[in-house]
Amino acid sequence: MIRELHEQLKAGSVTAVELAERYFSVIDAKEPEIQAFLSLRREAALREAAAVDKKIMSGEPIDLLAGIPGAIKDNICMAGERATAGSKILDNYIAPYDATVMRALRAVDAVVVGKTNMDEFAMGSSTETSAYQKTKNPVDPERVPGGSSGGSAAAVAADMAVWSLGSDTGGSIRQPASFCGLVGLKPTYGRVSRSGLLAMASSLDQIGPFARTVEDAAIVLSRISGFDRLDATTADLPAKRFEDYLDQDMRGKKVGIPKEYFSDALDSRVRAVAEAAIERFKTLGVEIQEISLPHAEYALPVYYILMPSEVSSNLARFDGIKYGLRINDEKDRIEGANRLLETYLDSRAYGFGAEVKKRIMLGTYTLSAGYYDAYYKKAEKVRQLIRQDFEQAYAEVDFIFSPTAPEAAFKFGAKSDDPLQMYLSDIYTVTANLAGVPALSFPIGTIEEDGKDLPIGGQLQARWFDEEGMLALAHQYERAK
Amino acid sequence: MNQVSKLYSKRNKIRMLSKEEVKHIAVLARIGLSDAEVEKYQKDLSGALTWFEKLSVVDTDQVSVMGNITGRSDVARSDVAEQAALAAREGIVADFPEQKDGFLKVKSVF
Repeated sequence: MIRELHEQLKAGSVTAVELAERYFSVIDAKEPEIQAFLSLRREAALREAAAVDKKIMSGEPIDLLAGIPGAIKDNICMAGERATAGSKILDNYIAPYDATVMRALRAVDAVVVGKTNMDEFAMGSSTETSAYQKTKNPVDPERVPGGSSGGSAAAVAADMAVWSLGSDTGGSIRQPASFCGLVGLKPTYGRVSRSGLLAMASSLDQIGPFARTVEDAAIVLSRISGFDRLDATTADLPAKRFEDYLDQDMRGKKVGIPKEYFSDALDSRVRAVAEAAIERFKTLGVEIQEISLPHAEYALPVYYILMPSEVSSNLARFDGIKYGLRINDEKDRIEGANRLLETYLDSRAYGFGAEVKKRIMLGTYTLSAGYYDAYYKKAEKVRQLIRQDFEQAYAEVDFIFSPTAPEAAFKFGAKSDDPLQMYLSDIYTVTANLAGVPALSFPIGTIEEDGKDLPIGGQLQARWFDEEGMLALAHQYERAK
Repeated sequence: MNQVSKLYSKRNKIRMLSKEEVKHIAVLARIGLSDAEVEKYQKDLSGALTWFEKLSVVDTDQVSVMGNITGRSDVARSDVAEQAALAAREGIVADFPEQKDGFLKVKSVF
């Protein structure tokens, strides 16, 4: 889709300004219902588009992504724009600088239409914990778009943007991509700089793209990847245009199917869709092989120890002092406490929502004296075993395939009362974050519910830093339709 | 039986955190809680901690704690101060919650 629009821009059959206006007219029509955006930047986007038109007119070469309208999750800093991360504690926060990914996107003249809704500080699987609004799934507005990057997914699924960026700590790009019928990619840990991403869990977070097609996701990923001196965990690898390697020969490659992911707990309709996808993989000349990830069943508890621990540390910065909400209700919460402590307690009491408070306290507890070894250190060790599972699997196979989520998009409120049920949405996705491997969700079919065809996503995981192979195989799968 | 009820049935007996423990954690976490919230989090946190006990059956005696997941370590750069862009500086100051006479206002510590 991006390549087609790029050709039209170059040929002059559409201008970048016209293209941006076209997307804003869709936003005008659909956004009142979908509510994917926390802020729109119409004037700035049209200015950016006009600059692209000027380059085209003067015969300057333009990048594939130049003038192509996209949307950015609201936990990614864009200088001069709000960055709330879906939280009231950052309601008045204007980002003073660009995230590294934003600098990269500006450098290729991408056009940004707005910032998208999300679960508060990316904590959730349905975008329902946003302090601002409930984003609807464009496939069925009675259902959630998934989360936490639900706004970024809904924006693309409703054709309000061609591509978007999300962030993925335990599945927050892949699960909404699955729920909304899109391609969503979590890069290898260290592939994309996290500088300027409002941190949730620093050892797990990665920024990645949503798009309609695998090629579009490849185009966006190529532009945001790379070493960054502002993020010491980024890998120093040669830059690569992944979109140029999608047609390489994948015959004879091996795809592993983890038997643990096809247990009785899997919805039988989702299983049938995934099994049909495995049959299609066979037609591409790849070999299918059953594998085992013996520690997969521990991934969720490991994740829900490590992530809140990192959350409690990262979110300590929101204290009402340096930026964001400062509240002092003049009532003493603790007898004899000084005003500074009362300001901390008040600002965070009013600024954070229930799920965020829970995870901060959980992490505070698991990191506290006397419990650190029992929880955090134990979880770090099991994380090592999970990583070893992947090393052993990748000695036998090149990729791992499973459903992205154990279900299709659910209805609003369906899981709000049962936190463990909500956490289970991440059961197939968290392992990739714990092991650091790249993973991609792409549409593999639908299941019917209430007369609607609800999308199901398949998840392809690859070796560390083999986004190239992963994208090529998914692209060829998509083409085989 | 779905996965969640399996997790519940496998779990050990719940050790409920006391109200005092929850209040203590909340102060460490710098979050003011109402009495109703103390009760809510008493249940929520106890439930999660019990769920975590699932890991106790995994033998990790021979496992060492890992650092960076992709193996990078000791990343350093020279210790040189850099001038922030003026626009970024102005933005940072503008984001400060309270200002007075050109100064940034904070609460007294003592």
